[in-house]
Amino acid sequence: MKNLLSKIFKKEEDPRKARGLLIFSNTSEVIKAEEILKEGGYQIKVMSPPPQYRTGCDLSITFPLVEQLGVTRLLKEKEISPLEILPLSEERMEPLDICRITDFGEYLMVKAANMKITVHTFTWKIVNISGGGCPDVPYLASEMIGKRISDAPNPKTLGYTLCAYSLSIAFEETLRLMEERLC
Amino acid sequence: MLILAGTVPIKGLPLITGELSLTPEGVMVDGYLLDQNRGTAAMLTTVAVVCKEYNLRPPCCVIAGDIGQRDGSSKVYEYLTEKVSELEPKVMAFHYIMPDIRRNARLVKAIKQLKRKPLLIADAGSMYVAKAGGYASYYDIFTPDMGELAFLADEKADHPAYTRGFIWHMDQDAPELIQRAYDWKNAADILFVKGSTDYICRAGKIMKSVSEPTVPVMEAIGGTGDTITGIIAALSYYEEDLIEVCSLAAKANREAGKLANPTPATQVNDIIEQIPRALKINKQEEKVSQRKAVVAENFKDIIYSDH
Repeated sequence: MKNLLSKIFKKEEDPRKARGLLIFSNTSEVIKAEEILKEGGYQIKVMSPPPQYRTGCDLSITFPLVEQLGVTRLLKEKEISPLEILPLSEERMEPLDICRITDFGEYLMVKAANMKITVHTFTWKIVNISGGGCPDVPYLASEMIGKRISDAPNPKTLGYTLCAYSLSIAFEETLRLMEERLC
Repeated sequence: MLILAGTVPIKGLPLITGELSLTPEGVMVDGYLLDQNRGTAAMLTTVAVVCKEYNLRPPCCVIAGDIGQRDGSSKVYEYLTEKVSELEPKVMAFHYIMPDIRRNARLVKAIKQLKRKPLLIADAGSMYVAKAGGYASYYDIFTPDMGELAFLADEKADHPAYTRGFIWHMDQDAPELIQRAYDWKNAADILFVKGSTDYICRAGKIMKSVSEPTVPVMEAIGGTGDTITGIIAALSYYEEDLIEVCSLAAKANREAGKLANPTPATQVNDIIEQIPRALKINKQEEKVSQRKAVVAENFKDIIYSDH
């Protein structure tokens, strides 16, 4: 009885920390939902889904459970429907967001997880994209190489996979570094 | 039969199967011309170039269009699962594909039912799904780069994007990560680790390492790992010593890179063009070292007879 009461009390004590998990049918929807919810000011994180939803290339979104209503309403307005909403019950893995920089002099290479993007530092042109193994990587390369990084599409807007997600982290870091060089 | 399977980023390209041919415009399968600039097409082009150089029979390809929406990848998994027993493969090389644990498990199950197990080579998405699905040790060769090696070493990661930050992939960490990948049974029999030094490993041991010629900018050039997989796929069909095949691939790829005199802006097709020359240089170096070995052996006999 004491244990039960303490559990209830604990649950009531800290409701703001309870988090929910949004499961989507594909990574592309997760990337869109992430943008929408971040713009909406929600404290969200992208993470791996539970084992029963895994295919080997997928993401899900955690959010404060108390804000479930607002989160689902906002997504519905943007015509995105999660497959399921679950309470977050175990530790989830987060995508790696650390970048590594290699300076080749005229060229700068930024690496995030298994993805690398290289730009020409004078012209800001993306000259190469390497790494990765999901099918949209060669597609993204063909859409981005030859364009100035400030004009190129963010891989998040074109890609569908976790490799595209990692590439977007490298892309955003490269853009930030190039803009920093201007200052 | 040597089978090459994967996807190319051509939206709407149906499943195509058939012999690979090399044309001046690029590689062709079933009447479709495929862009050779990176990914599976770069691997196919390299295989075609190596087969031509060594007068080898061209491989059979199973390819579909996919820009990340899973459609083409599903067709490749399903076709292979259904047809693998008819194809009677000796070597299968899997490349860019959407990781799909369930479909890949069905494919592995179909392969396990074959009378003779083919040699299985996996790179890119095919390697990710083999590891995520728990089948890594059933495969014969994986060709990870350093980022992908960290993923193989992380027993909890389903995809390289989930590799935990503490398993950071600096080049000097390679031996430790290799050991960790084997310890967790997340490595194929042979790991070819691509990096500033290429490590060729078997059963947890580094059998060979290749670091010359050194061309650091190759890391930036998309497709330079695909060319290594291509050389290994083509040669492993005809040569039984797989460690030797991997060693030759490492040297030829580096030599081709050096011959292309690249910058970080070089595209991989400029390096593929140099592969025939690189293979010839390798052959000459091999002959020279064989002659040196014979001379040394004879010289040893002379010394012994003088005494």
